Amino acid sequence: MQYLPNIFFALALATGIGFFTMNIRKLSRNIKLGKDVNRKDRKSERFKNMIMIALGQSKMVKRPFSGFLHIVVYVGFIIINIEVLEIIIDGLFGTHRIFQGVLGNNLYGFLIGTFEVLAALVFVSVIIFWLRRNVSNIKRFLSKEMKGWPKNDGNNILYFEMVLMTLFLVMNATDTPFQEASVGNPISQFLAPLFNGFSTEVLHLIERTSWWIHILGILIFLNYLYYSKHLHILLAFPNTYFANLNPKGQFTNLESVTNEVKLMMDPSADPYATLETGAEDEVPEKFGASDVTDLNWVQLLNAYTCTECGRCTSSCPANLTGKELSPRKIMMDTRDRLEEVGRNIDKNGGKFVDDGKQLLNDYIKPEELWACTSCNACVEECPVNIDPLSIIMDMRRYLVMEESAAPQELNMMMTNVENNGAMWQYSQQDRLNWAKEE
Amino acid sequence: MIVKTMADFFAEGKQPEILFWVGSAGSYDDRAKKITKAFVKILNQANVDFAVLGTEESSTGDAAKRAGNEFLFQMQAMMNIEVLNGYEVKKIVTCDPHSFNTLKNEYPSLGGKYEVFHHTQFIQNLITEGRLKINDATLKGKRITFHDPCYLGRANDIYESPRDIIKRLGVNLTEMKRSKETALCCGAGGAQMFKEPEKGDKDINVLRTEDALATKPNVIATGCPYCNTMMTDGIKFKEKEAEVEVKDIAELIAEANKL
Repeated sequence: MQYLPNIFFALALATGIGFFTMNIRKLSRNIKLGKDVNRKDRKSERFKNMIMIALGQSKMVKRPFSGFLHIVVYVGFIIINIEVLEIIIDGLFGTHRIFQGVLGNNLYGFLIGTFEVLAALVFVSVIIFWLRRNVSNIKRFLSKEMKGWPKNDGNNILYFEMVLMTLFLVMNATDTPFQEASVGNPISQFLAPLFNGFSTEVLHLIERTSWWIHILGILIFLNYLYYSKHLHILLAFPNTYFANLNPKGQFTNLESVTNEVKLMMDPSADPYATLETGAEDEVPEKFGASDVTDLNWVQLLNAYTCTECGRCTSSCPANLTGKELSPRKIMMDTRDRLEEVGRNIDKNGGKFVDDGKQLLNDYIKPEELWACTSCNACVEECPVNIDPLSIIMDMRRYLVMEESAAPQELNMMMTNVENNGAMWQYSQQDRLNWAKEE
Repeated sequence: MIVKTMADFFAEGKQPEILFWVGSAGSYDDRAKKITKAFVKILNQANVDFAVLGTEESSTGDAAKRAGNEFLFQMQAMMNIEVLNGYEVKKIVTCDPHSFNTLKNEYPSLGGKYEVFHHTQFIQNLITEGRLKINDATLKGKRITFHDPCYLGRANDIYESPRDIIKRLGVNLTEMKRSKETALCCGAGGAQMFKEPEKGDKDINVLRTEDALATKPNVIATGCPYCNTMMTDGIKFKEKEAEVEVKDIAELIAEANKL
């Protein structure tokens, strides 16, 4: 019977990690539904980006206040998690503060003391974050796409962190021998007096309960990630690694189009040439994107990485002037649709069955796509190098090349380019007239 | 104004130092043509042996590409590349950041590999090489703010060339609250120039003009014919055309050097 807690702990740990692994597999499968794109080149540049932007948070601090608070929470999260290692060992082997004996009182006290200070700082930062989301009138947290689940999701994460930090400190405050040793309790020593009136048994009960809820909370939080915008804590790393390294103004040249254009412009091409054998059965490649499976895997990884901070939307000229377009919504819609496609595949035994829906129209309206000025402000702003513009462009390509559904004025512009090599109706023969005018 | 074409150079069996890609706006738009002419005057003052394509130039296809018409873009690109490669063009300069971006970044993989400069970069080089002197007395004391064109700034990380030139004019360069990486678009990019904006509560060029006017400038400088149009319209909307001018950097130099 005395091993019951150990067994229960091992089971909880295995379930938590197992369930998480299963979901990560699903996530990885969904990302791989995207088209291939080569992002395995220029490894050292990619690695440098990951270190600077994801690990070093270099783009977060462009907005200093939220950037600073974010670094506090981020550093706190990573460092305090060292403590989880001790908790896991204690839980599995029934030990208590195993590192205290291993590291000695001084070093252990220093470590736990650091964790306590960080926990308190994280707690304060998280409170400020909550106030920013719920009390301050910060426009990017109040947009249309932030109603309902996205808002609750943001708050849930903050509540999780508040509770976990509190439990960590309470667990230390009610650990009588730990308080008596008085090393590494710079914060919890001020909480300990709150529990003065309790008997040793009750104190022990509170300490054990906090310990258990704390570790179970961490396992639940781990599994919450998959359903939440909070995945960025993991995906920011691959996302910055695989991000586009070319100049932001350089859009891809569609290879399928190049082949056709070359054929059209080649005077020696035989228009009646029979297709290569087997080619008749091939479905011709779709130009542009109307659904998530037309996007590439980096764009899908982007969608899972987005933590909906809205810096993109708050810098988007279209959004700032009241248009429907919100780059954040483009990313959220892409993820929502991708998850829908994923569930469809799960339900139908590993194969996607047409559900009559797609990313275009059912999630993203053409009106949003046409409002984009391709200015790259959203791409520049994203603290983890997400590229909403590439999705917008791929969807415009579908609208124009597959559906001929450009706004009328753009059709006129394109007709002019086709007929007379300029966006306006001027003859190419008049191109040098400016030199003759005074 | 005498401007030689690549065909003229070819007939003489010569190669110019650089090809000036005028672009569609620079060729046809009345406001942009003034920028084209100002830049030609600068090239002449610095004794740059340049040529244009003239009637052999066609739209780069940039606007079509941003509108989503990859077919039309690549057709235009391949036609232009055929002409450019036929003349063995190596270096290109243009006053249009959109042409600059597409020639520099999107033409290479289609077979058009050139060294491409935005005119502010090229002018900056002329100055550092000592080929062009800027008179810093003519415009002395004016307050100038610079609006970063998206396709020069964020798209290609060129922020300093235009500012370096402005500082040499002897003027006061003031920055808008949104500048360089965080500059707000003028509203013309992504083929918006050629269509009505979607429904909203304001036009983008008006918002950007407000950014500029907040610096109380005499001149809003820019380096893009489309930004120029948008900001000029913004100034008219704000009824400030009597106090504030919108000028391309090439025009400012032409004015300073009394060309």
